[in-house]
Amino acid sequence: MSKNGDDSFDARLKAAERRSGLEKKEDSAEKEDAIEQSLPGLALRAGAEMLSALIVGVAIGWELDHWLKTRAVFLVIFALMGGGAGVLNVWRLVKSIDGK
Amino acid sequence: MAGGSSINVLEQFELHPVLGGLGEALRFSQSPLYMIVAVCLVLAFLYFGMRPAAVVPGRLQAAAEVCYEFIHNMAVDTIGPEGTAFFPFIFTLFFFILAGNYIGLLPFSFTFTSHIAVTFALAMMVFVLTVIVSLKVQGLRFFAHFMPEGASPFLAPLLIPIEILSFLSRPVSLSIRLFANMVAGHVMFDIFASFVIMLAGFGVVGDVFAVGPIAINVALMALELLVGVLQAYVFAILTCIYLREAVAH
Repeated sequence: MSKNGDDSFDARLKAAERRSGLEKKEDSAEKEDAIEQSLPGLALRAGAEMLSALIVGVAIGWELDHWLKTRAVFLVIFALMGGGAGVLNVWRLVKSIDGK
Repeated sequence: MAGGSSINVLEQFELHPVLGGLGEALRFSQSPLYMIVAVCLVLAFLYFGMRPAAVVPGRLQAAAEVCYEFIHNMAVDTIGPEGTAFFPFIFTLFFFILAGNYIGLLPFSFTFTSHIAVTFALAMMVFVLTVIVSLKVQGLRFFAHFMPEGASPFLAPLLIPIEILSFLSRPVSLSIRLFANMVAGHVMFDIFASFVIMLAGFGVVGDVFAVGPIAINVALMALELLVGVLQAYVFAILTCIYLREAVAH
């Protein structure tokens, strides 16, 4: 203890700080991680993200086709873009979990 | 629920007029009825919980305070100092969904969160709020988010629509997640419950084997209690995350 008094004090201070203030935050972050990382939950979330973007793309394409009387041109374009947006959503979801 | 030989697991989600003639005239189905029940339950919980206003809280008051602090911490930790402004909205959203999910687990009741119309309306409310807050806080810079930084301008015609679609898909994914979880859970309940009825038709052997699906349904109930609070939490935390992006400068 007496050998490296300063170091041990710093360490103890940090431990005390963590106990009083910071530890709470770490706990909540861990809890969120645990919820996100339950595999079926994550799979369902990723699936919903992918599907929803596709639904939005198809809906917009369908409506534009209906409105502009162009047969299926916009449907094709927006379905592809919706798929792309779905992949983007999943990528963001996975990245946010990896980054933590 | 499932009846006799023909089993229709989706029958439980059908809407029927309730409260006799009055309900029929007003097209008043179980869905709004249970919404009102959910709201009344939450209000009663908070009212009776906080009525003593004791310095040392009793059980109900402690529960109400824990709920308050849980959502308050979630809002402030996720959104930042501005989170206090949105706290009432998030609190309402969380407990409305939670009460809806849990009321639906009671026998003979109805789960209003199992209808995409309801969950999509809730998600659109969140979406419109985030767009309004974004436009108010960030002004026209809000639209700059649709072009990823550092991307080549030649890719803009491709990237901007994809970013916009990704943004527009938020309310859809938010609503589908809650809706799908609730429907899946209740369909599983119904399927295993119908197994019990089918097995009961096979005499004594069936009666013995019917214990299996009943045990599974008990386990499912525990799972659904978890899923109910988890989905309400996910809905609330995603609302917080979207609002954080909206208030960020």
